[in-house]
Amino acid sequence: MTKFFTLLGREVKSFFYSPIAYVVMCFFLFLTGFAFYIGVSLLNRGPSDVTVVQAFFNTILFWIAYLLIFPLITMRSFSEEFKLGTIEGLMTAPVRDWQVVVTKWLGCLIFYIILWIPTGIYFWVFTWATKVESAHAEGAYLGSYLLLLLMGMFYTSVGCFASVLTKNQIVAAIISLVMILVLLFAGLLQYVMLDVSGTMRDVFGYFSAIEHMEGFSKGIIDSRPIVWYLTMTTLMLVLTYQVFQTRKWKA
Amino acid sequence: MIKVENLTKKYAGFTAINNITFEVGKGEIVGFLGPNGAGKSTTMRILSSFMPATSGRASIAGYDVFEKSLEARTHLGYMPENVPLYTDMRVSEYLVYRGELKGVTGRRLKERVGDVKELCGLKDVENRIIGTLSKGYRQRVGLADALVHEPDLLILDEPTIGLDPNQIRSVRELIKNLGKHHTILLSTHILPEVEATCSRVIIINRGRIEASDTPDNLRRQLRGAGGIRLEANTGKDDGVAELQKITGVKDVSAEEEGEWKVFLVRADANADLREEVFRLAADRNWRVRELSQRGATLEDVFVEMTHAE
Repeated sequence: MTKFFTLLGREVKSFFYSPIAYVVMCFFLFLTGFAFYIGVSLLNRGPSDVTVVQAFFNTILFWIAYLLIFPLITMRSFSEEFKLGTIEGLMTAPVRDWQVVVTKWLGCLIFYIILWIPTGIYFWVFTWATKVESAHAEGAYLGSYLLLLLMGMFYTSVGCFASVLTKNQIVAAIISLVMILVLLFAGLLQYVMLDVSGTMRDVFGYFSAIEHMEGFSKGIIDSRPIVWYLTMTTLMLVLTYQVFQTRKWKA
Repeated sequence: MIKVENLTKKYAGFTAINNITFEVGKGEIVGFLGPNGAGKSTTMRILSSFMPATSGRASIAGYDVFEKSLEARTHLGYMPENVPLYTDMRVSEYLVYRGELKGVTGRRLKERVGDVKELCGLKDVENRIIGTLSKGYRQRVGLADALVHEPDLLILDEPTIGLDPNQIRSVRELIKNLGKHHTILLSTHILPEVEATCSRVIIINRGRIEASDTPDNLRRQLRGAGGIRLEANTGKDDGVAELQKITGVKDVSAEEEGEWKVFLVRADANADLREEVFRLAADRNWRVRELSQRGATLEDVFVEMTHAE
């Protein structure tokens, strides 16, 4: 277990060794701040039945900023080790393959969580400045941030999978971006495929991150997306592990 | 310490190592020689559990590298070719990290990191970022990394490649000292290095083991390969033709230096023809100013065994 935390420690720290962490954090704070501003200005137009939490998490700007960060966070994870050849030193130390895969993923997830911490302040500042509650109930915060965590787990695992496929970080970033966008579009298909059967549409509906967020940001915590994200994360990690076992020495 | 039996590694359409078998005993320093692409790195990567073999067995300190890989790796200090390191970490930080990964903890970790920094001469760069270090220092960091968990066995893949002569000398000294307490398998292209440090040499070519012996024995086997150097004034005689008449002479070459000629007489293996050459010179009344045996070097052995037929 000591080795697990040693590996994890290095994964998290490695973000801060390079300028990437700071660039991503600035970029992300700027975009979420902007998305928050848009959310607030929507509410400013007149009476509305949505809360600022809902307004923030459901703007198009939020989604653009949100989906772009995953390739940036995950592209280095395996690709860089392959490229530098450090994978050889790593895998000839007495560590197990799964420890490496899980700590790389968890490292990305932890960095992602760090990115989200400052956004909590937005709602606190909003309530303090406007004397209006940011959400109707605690559940809305809980739901939003729970879903952020679940989606974060899934999308970072997708990113790690893309990274294990190649030693080129740019290629890894492109693969993960495309995979994440395909998943997002699949969720949107239910709105365009009006001619197909209801079941088909429902199936694609389960993919829809946007729909999940609509519910969770109201405080409606549905168990189906929870199961979906947990299952898919596990699947992606198992795939990553499988590819890693054969790829580690070919890279 | 190392036991390799019938090990074979095939890549798509290409056999990197072909059914090799060898052993390295405790306390030996073994030099692993061979031309580029002979299978040295492949063998070392299999021994370090980095790569699976196609068939055959290999074990380190009694642990099979496939089945008991983790235990085998714990007993091994491995320095890969070109020493890949995390260039964004500081030297001390990196060694602590590597030590922890290899299961060294607490007070002992601190001690070990201090010791290897001392041993590898890293004290004055301990807080530098690895990416800013020169090649020589990086090599030493790699060596310190291989040593940090006090392994019984060290496998070093080309430890002196890319270093300048002074650095080569210091790394060689270091390896020699390490040999007092560790078993070492090292690969290299620099043959004087092997002669200076290794107690045994394994020569590998095209995935097969060509020889495995002490450097002295290998040279002895090829004693004739060096040849005899004769500097003489042969007058009107055709020196080359006369020398070739001696039984056991393989070929003779001559270079003129004014009225003097320098002959290089190559004999069959294991023959010492100095006496015959002297008798011939005396019989023919040649004026001799030098007659010497040019000893075979390991380089001669290496070329003899590995050059493409």
